[in-house]
Amino acid sequence: MDFFLQLFFDYTVRTVALGAAVLGLTSGALGTFAVLRRQSLLGDAMSHAALPGVVLAFMLTGSKSPLVLMLGAAAAGILGTLLMLAITRFTRIKEDSGLGIILSVFFGFGLMLLTFLQRSPAANQAGLNTFLFGQAATLLERDVVAMAGLGGLALLVTVLFWKEFKLLSFDRDFGQSLGFPMTLLDILLTTLLVIAIVIGLQAVGVVLMSAMIVAPAAAARQWTDRLGIMVVLSAFFGALAGISGALISSLERGLSTGPVVVLAISLLVLVAFLFAGNRGLAWQWLQRRRRRRRLQLETVLSNMLKLAEQHEDLRHPHHVAVLRAMDYGRGGVLRTLAVLAERGDVVRVGEDTWSLTEKGIREARASGPRSTGDGRAGG
Amino acid sequence: MSASLEIQLIAMITAIACALPGVFLVLRRMAMMSDAISHTVLLGIVLGFFLVGRVDSPWLIPAAALMGLVTVALTELLIRTRLVKEDAAIGIVFPALFSIAVILISRYASGVHLDTDAVLLGELAFAPFDRLAFWGLDLPRGLVVMSATLLANIALIALFYKELKLATFDASLAATLGLSPVLIHYGLMAMVSVTAVGAFDVVGSILVVALMITPPAAAYLLTDRLSRMLLISVGLAAASALTGFWLARWLDANIAGSMATASGLLFLLVMLFAPGRGLLSLARRRVRLKWEFAQTMLTIHLLNHEGTAAAEMECRVDHLWEHMRWQPDFAENAIRFAERKGTVRRSGGILFLTAEGRALARQEMTH
Repeated sequence: MDFFLQLFFDYTVRTVALGAAVLGLTSGALGTFAVLRRQSLLGDAMSHAALPGVVLAFMLTGSKSPLVLMLGAAAAGILGTLLMLAITRFTRIKEDSGLGIILSVFFGFGLMLLTFLQRSPAANQAGLNTFLFGQAATLLERDVVAMAGLGGLALLVTVLFWKEFKLLSFDRDFGQSLGFPMTLLDILLTTLLVIAIVIGLQAVGVVLMSAMIVAPAAAARQWTDRLGIMVVLSAFFGALAGISGALISSLERGLSTGPVVVLAISLLVLVAFLFAGNRGLAWQWLQRRRRRRRLQLETVLSNMLKLAEQHEDLRHPHHVAVLRAMDYGRGGVLRTLAVLAERGDVVRVGEDTWSLTEKGIREARASGPRSTGDGRAGG
Repeated sequence: MSASLEIQLIAMITAIACALPGVFLVLRRMAMMSDAISHTVLLGIVLGFFLVGRVDSPWLIPAAALMGLVTVALTELLIRTRLVKEDAAIGIVFPALFSIAVILISRYASGVHLDTDAVLLGELAFAPFDRLAFWGLDLPRGLVVMSATLLANIALIALFYKELKLATFDASLAATLGLSPVLIHYGLMAMVSVTAVGAFDVVGSILVVALMITPPAAAYLLTDRLSRMLLISVGLAAASALTGFWLARWLDANIAGSMATASGLLFLLVMLFAPGRGLLSLARRRVRLKWEFAQTMLTIHLLNHEGTAAAEMECRVDHLWEHMRWQPDFAENAIRFAERKGTVRRSGGILFLTAEGRALARQEMTH
């Protein structure tokens, strides 16, 4: 109880939680489009590319105001993206290498500038370091206000251009043929993605921010097939991971926020992959097992009918061994017969012999020819 | 050996050792796997450290390399479930594993040499202080480890050159001939992992990506032959290392970051000026094509009217505006181009075809 009271009344904790919620919400919502458009790794490149922007913005203005640093980061992120596009468009270098080059060179350049600043005695650069792995505990109210402003703007634009972005994500060519300016929309959506990344940098850090773009959307994708629900769900997952990660990391000294947030969202991804309805692995497994069971029941029933049709009386009993032979020795015939008996489709006549009931005959005929064996095999 | 010479040597050897497997990553379009592996080897190092209890145990290298392979396998497992696409699978697996490593370090191993800044930045400047004495030699540890890695990479590539080449450029033929694609894939990934572990200790995880991808990508723009691409990558890697070192020294900045910057600058130079494929020669080719097309149009126009009654009228320079909608400036430039090529002659404001011009027009029309 104390912990929750503290949650509501502690200024730092409240700021941190709010900031983390904003960042998770924005990156979750916009990450949906990145994942659907197979640009997950572009987020990785953008967030690394933002580092020199942060440092340069500080070097040029001497200010550590959140808006200035965020603008610098956004400018560098957009420049990196444009360069990446130029590399893949004008040379024969493919996207993966283009991303790798931009990501590592921009980050390296950022590190060079950062260490250059650190070793020059005059500048007060303390705090820029937190941009590597993020430190949610350093969030101040003005940071959160800036984050919320930018994030709100990005979400508003997303809502306004909802139809266009949907078209861009699923059928770009169709959109083009309808006369929508698809290239402009592409640039707009990419810019929004940069904004979503920039918002999270201080809290999560450039190294792991990309996971906040990919993971919530990947988790949300498993639960739904509708874009609207996916965006909302992804934003919710992002916010949940953001808040829990930020709170856990601010309870402990020296624990960076980025890794904790990423672990939280990875857990949500794992749960979705395993247990999501329709797509989750557990659900798939159950489906497969149920299908296999049903197929087995139908096969045995149909085999029995085929045997019975060799006789005057359709209720002529058959030996288990024959049914086994017709089933190519796949096993489980006895268990299947027990299930069928329970349903009233067959009855046990002798020690090892079974015969169809009226109901069983009807069902075997209804389910069609699915026997595995040739009718003449038995007798 | 002085410390600065030792650092340069380590930087160069590391860069070359990274560039060699990088060539195949770039060609096989798996560059981003290096990003994933270079991050997750940290988890291998941490787990290995918990098992062995020492940061400088040689057992950490196989442990870390194994984690690199686990990353590859996990990513492929995720792709095979078809729940997510390849890019998202990479983007989910490695941040998770890397986060576990960072948290483990900050909770249980903060006192030791492992610290998260070193992971990203690398500690090349301190490499000469960490020495290894054997066989009467006293060498920096990084130099020994990276030299061994480099030799292993050279030996593996030399030994399996033919197989790697075939599997890279024609995977289906390689599979038909009985080369296991899985074996080659995981073999290459193992090479990347081991290289990343060694290099990561020296230069940090992000720079590993820069050294693996940037020089080979630049080399890819300079040649069409695998053997030359390998050699050029080695040259560019060494050049990035040296330029980076002196850049860092001049700015008093982090060496690894400066090396990444230098490799990026070299790439930019190559992208702009590469003969045949650079942006500059692409632009020049486009301009030349434009004038060649104008020349062809001009010769065909002249040929059509040559010897007709209207020739005097049609073949005037200022008539080109009427006929072809050519602005005077453009017409003047096109005529100059054609004159230089010897296809058109001008006398008194009237244009005449030369024998070559006639041949060109006829050839273009019969195409």
